[in-house]
Amino acid sequence: MLQLAHINKIYGKRKALNDINIQFPDHETTVIVGPSGSGKSTLLRSLNLLERPESGLYSFDQQTIDFSQPIAEKEVLQLRRKTGMVFQSFNLFPHLTVLKNVTEAPIHVLHQDKATAEKTARQLLQQVGLDQKANQYPMELSGGQQQRVAIARALAMQPEYMFFDEPTSALDPELEAEVLRVLLNLAKQHNSMIVVTHNMEFAKGVADQIVFLEEGRILFCGSPQEFFSEPTQRIHDFLSAMSFTS
Amino acid sequence: MTSQTWHLILTSLPPIIKASVTYTIPLTLISFTLGLLLALLTAMVRLSPMRGPFQIVRGLFWVYVWIFRSTPLLVQLFIVFFGLPNIGVQFSPWIAAIITFTLNVGAYSSETIRAAILSIPNGQWEAAYTLGMTRPQVLFRIVLPQAARVSLPPLSNSFIGLVKDTSLASSITIVEMFMVGQQIAAKTYEPLLLYSLVAFVYLIICTVLTILQSYLEKWTSRYIQTGNN
Ligand SMILES: Nc1ncnc2c1ncn2[C@@H]1O[C@H](COP(=O)(O)OP(=O)(O)O)[C@@H](O)[C@H]1O
Ligand SMILES: [Mg+2]
Repeated sequence: MLQLAHINKIYGKRKALNDINIQFPDHETTVIVGPSGSGKSTLLRSLNLLERPESGLYSFDQQTIDFSQPIAEKEVLQLRRKTGMVFQSFNLFPHLTVLKNVTEAPIHVLHQDKATAEKTARQLLQQVGLDQKANQYPMELSGGQQQRVAIARALAMQPEYMFFDEPTSALDPELEAEVLRVLLNLAKQHNSMIVVTHNMEFAKGVADQIVFLEEGRILFCGSPQEFFSEPTQRIHDFLSAMSFTS
Repeated sequence: MTSQTWHLILTSLPPIIKASVTYTIPLTLISFTLGLLLALLTAMVRLSPMRGPFQIVRGLFWVYVWIFRSTPLLVQLFIVFFGLPNIGVQFSPWIAAIITFTLNVGAYSSETIRAAILSIPNGQWEAAYTLGMTRPQVLFRIVLPQAARVSLPPLSNSFIGLVKDTSLASSITIVEMFMVGQQIAAKTYEPLLLYSLVAFVYLIICTVLTILQSYLEKWTSRYIQTGNN
């Protein structure tokens, strides 16, 4: 279980996160939605310590981090071992082949031997439909293929939690579908996931829990049924703005 | 050309080439290798995020780069070889040359390497961090291999520059190529021919290096799609 209590993050005068309290249940998918600039990325990036909130408590299973205190490097590494992240811009390592992108961290962080790491990597690449591309470089791949490699790369570390920050926002619609299918499969296998997305149809289909953020505050946290069928006025306005019909 | 001229060329070339093999080339290779290591260290210290007392070290490296980039190489060479003995620090010409060239290359190339590291998108650091890598791991396994590609052309420039700058070592009694040419010119009263010969040998060395550079560039860019292949 992953839990945040009274998290605050300030950029200059702006409160990017304003007293965030939330739980992310294991083996479920939480979808975070909200307008641009509402703090979705900041929230997700605080969960793997790419951002450091000024205050608040973060507990991950037995490990608790108090953001008002300095965080030891060891704590940071321990927490990052348990989490995987997929970025909007893929961020594959361009100088490594697809296979090496996936085996890099298992070999050098988990100290797996090369053969084991490659075997796992090939299985994962097959799972995302890219076993044919193992020896190509990222730049030879389409955006959708690169993002699927990025997913395989994160999965290779066997994280307890997977975070996705708008994984399809940089993709054309037909490429978006192939990535969303991979995510849907992962969710079906009861992985613990947190996904930031603007795709409401996908959110409706995949979410066990929906979080609506605005100006760094959680305005809603609950089931997708409630979110989509009995929205508050603000959520109703947001949903209308996201679609063409109103 | 007269047979006399040919004779002079054929008798002068061997000692000039010999001087390049025994002085110019080793001086360049040793100084550049040490200089690159120093440059890498300097770039890493200057980019290091550490605070507290460590800032003093970072400040010292900044001062080092500032001084060596802001003074002529010839003056640096004179200070090390002719100046330092005044305070009891004496080096052989070879050591003085290697120290000066190394420090000079280190200062210039550290800026090249620093810029190359900074040119690698932050997303590369973040992706590597989320995979559990430590800062040194990210630097050496993810960022520097990409920075190497970016810094190769400017570093090759420095390398070729150094080949030519070693001629300055003649001023601290090292009998490198230029000095040998000078000596023969003084004996034969043929400065145009002799200095042209010296220039020609520099040209050959630097051309070989330029060819080597283009191969290295191809190799380090193997993962970049050029679009026209
Ligand atoms: N590195 C940063 N420096 C300053 N302000 C930032 C930074 N990152 C985010 N912000 C600000 O914090 C707020 C939340 O940003 P973000 O979490 O990226 O929103 P979202 O992902 O929901 O679009 C925005 O107002 C944004 O401008
Ligand atoms: Mg965002």
